[in-house]
Amino acid sequence: MDFKELAIYANLFMTVFLVLMLYGYIIHLYRSEKRGEKDYEKYGKIALDDEIDSKPIEEDPSAENKKEE
Amino acid sequence: MQSNAALEYDYSVAKLFTYTTILFGILGMLIGTLIAAQMAFPELNYLLGEYGTFSRLRPLHTNIVIFGFTLSGVWATAYYVSQRVLKVSMAESKFLMALGKIHFWLYFFGALAAVITLGMGITQSKEYAVFEWPIDVVIVLIWVIWGLSLFGLIGIRREKSLYISMWYYIATFLGIAMLYLFNNMAIPTYFASGGYGSIFHSVSVYSGTNDALVQWWYGHNAVAFGFTVPIIAMIYYFLPKESGQAIYSYKLSLLSFWGLMFVYLWAGSHHLIWSTVPDWMQTMGSIFSVVLILPSWGSAINMLLTMKGEWNQLTENPLIKLMVLASTFYMLSTIEGPIQSIKSVNAIAHFTDWIPGHVHDGVLGWVVFMIMAALFHMAPRMFKKEIYSKKLIDMQFWLQTTAIVLYFTSMWIAGITQGMMWRAVDEYGNLMYSFIDTVAVLHPYYTIRAVAGVLYLLGFFMFAYNMILTMTAAKTIDTEPQFRSPMA
Repeated sequence: MDFKELAIYANLFMTVFLVLMLYGYIIHLYRSEKRGEKDYEKYGKIALDDEIDSKPIEEDPSAENKKEE
Repeated sequence: MQSNAALEYDYSVAKLFTYTTILFGILGMLIGTLIAAQMAFPELNYLLGEYGTFSRLRPLHTNIVIFGFTLSGVWATAYYVSQRVLKVSMAESKFLMALGKIHFWLYFFGALAAVITLGMGITQSKEYAVFEWPIDVVIVLIWVIWGLSLFGLIGIRREKSLYISMWYYIATFLGIAMLYLFNNMAIPTYFASGGYGSIFHSVSVYSGTNDALVQWWYGHNAVAFGFTVPIIAMIYYFLPKESGQAIYSYKLSLLSFWGLMFVYLWAGSHHLIWSTVPDWMQTMGSIFSVVLILPSWGSAINMLLTMKGEWNQLTENPLIKLMVLASTFYMLSTIEGPIQSIKSVNAIAHFTDWIPGHVHDGVLGWVVFMIMAALFHMAPRMFKKEIYSKKLIDMQFWLQTTAIVLYFTSMWIAGITQGMMWRAVDEYGNLMYSFIDTVAVLHPYYTIRAVAGVLYLLGFFMFAYNMILTMTAAKTIDTEPQFRSPMA
């Protein structure tokens, strides 16, 4: 198998692999929301409530630690 | 990080980039309008000697609107949006503040050097990558500083989750960094030729078909990571914020993001269909371009659905109108591109005026409308003044929308006419038309395009006037508006 042929197979493999990854990601998004592990839609509020003194949607734990110190 | 009740977002760097967005917008579009008129009336080529010819001005137009206007707009919004969605002020870090200022001034003088050298005709002749290596070095430096600034702010954030706009800004940073470095690999001619030629001129390390492949992998993805990705970053923030409606589906925005990242990078070879690159690569470019409709429309539909139940805002708020139309033009442009990438269509479309027609419904309708809407939204918050005139935005909107329609319809007709005439053969198989026959037929369409350019430019002047008066003469506002921008 010369390089050109190898490149074609590599391309095919990568395409299939990445398509599977993408579909896997869709399943992951919906499944984790259904199980109640994540609520992705709440992140949409980050843009709406964006004052500097607004309560973060998810606080950065390292920032919290700093405050405690 | 200390909590401080009087802490405010610091927009000084965003303001500086806002000024250059307006400045480079006027300059780039003025030159664009002039060269459009030159296509219709060639005698306009001789206004300024060698400095006023189409060949000298065209790279100036493309580079000023891409790297001057659009990048300034991207940075103005990035410095604004990132503080707000990360809930951290640049004023909290002297280092980041200094970095932001260095970023701006280095960019400003780099851009001036770029404009002057291009005006003098100094170029490495690669489309959208024309700058000679010393300017490339400055650009890399500017990019690294932006990266430090962007990730620096992320590093001190209060909001743990990165809002979807931040994903897109990060992708802009990484995408352009990778593309720019690879496509601009060059050796100064002095060294490449063994002591002959200029040290400031350079030749690409790639040659022939390889050079074309790298060039269009870059060229197409410069569109992706300069004209698409950061503009999506903007609309994902500014449309929800201006309308008071959260994104319709955050999950869809995540999915579209990865879809876009995955597909876009493979589509560049559609610029080389029917050329000397391997056939499978052309097919791949074609297929990936068609698949690209999905993530593009995913984002656009998500934006339109964000307005669900709130469509009355379209008539009441001109900024919503600008953004909804931007999103609609994004849909038009991202269906048109894949159509042009189909091999049989490309056989007619390639090298014709349909291509600049496609580019311009994307940039005039999507990129410029979105950037203008973003700056209008930012102005009352940055300058603490209401927008000077709502009426002017409405007038500008209709003037520019008419201009875009005139631009792309004339170029559709011109392009398809041109493509068909080039292919037409008589009963003996001889070509029926010479090149100049097509030029003569296209003259009215070139004139329409020039008129469209004048209308669009006029609209942009109205935008600039409105922005300047907002900064200087508009009524002061005491409290920052939560959603809808106040305007007189």
